[in-house]
Amino acid sequence: MSKPLKIGPEVLKRIHEHGEQSYPEEGAGLLLGHEGNDLREVVAILPLTNAREDTARHNRYLITPQDMIAGENEAIRLGLDIVGVFHSHPDHPNRPSEFDREWALPWYSYLITSVSAGKAAGSRSWRLKDDRQEFSEETLLLGEAESN
Amino acid sequence: MTVLRIPTPLRPYAEGVSEIEIGAENVGLALEELTSRYPALRKHLFTDDGELRSYVNLFLNDEDIRHLQGTDTPVSPDDRLMIIPSIAGGWEGQS
Repeated sequence: MSKPLKIGPEVLKRIHEHGEQSYPEEGAGLLLGHEGNDLREVVAILPLTNAREDTARHNRYLITPQDMIAGENEAIRLGLDIVGVFHSHPDHPNRPSEFDREWALPWYSYLITSVSAGKAAGSRSWRLKDDRQEFSEETLLLGEAESN
Repeated sequence: MTVLRIPTPLRPYAEGVSEIEIGAENVGLALEELTSRYPALRKHLFTDDGELRSYVNLFLNDEDIRHLQGTDTPVSPDDRLMIIPSIAGGWEGQS
């Protein structure tokens, strides 16, 4: 059982807005925060440009290694870590797909927002199991960060 | 010794270390040494067929090894080799 993922309401709102602004394409970015003993906290996000080609962005997203290097530098500047990734599923459920699983890294939280007809319809967070066979869902806690 | 940097999500499979020193002659052998030292890393770096996973990118002194000689790229003791993930996904359907 993975730790709960705690996220501020304003941060989650920004993730939903990013998903809506990206609609009907997939939007994505990095979750920045802290890894605690009992929970993982997201205190900031770094929205990124979907690097997939025009014809694939409705059902695919890509964050390039160059963006990851930039994200790592931004996290260091803020005194945070990259603790996961967020992306949207336009007009599809906020469950990870088989393609999500094939590409998933362990340890990261994968927060997925379903965007239905252009409106964010809810988010769930997932983490790849050690054997890579499936994701397990993380409990999503809404609340302001207590540590920085 | 060549320094090999491990990204945050893979560190739990490498006893938490962020960097190790490796005495290999090329990138492929450096990965072999890494995974023989930390066997739990193997399934996250390689597919069951032994190919590097799609999200694994290797940068030698800030240059993508795909633009060099791939895993045959020679490394020297003062080089810095970094594993940088790319992130991808999306709902089911054709890529």
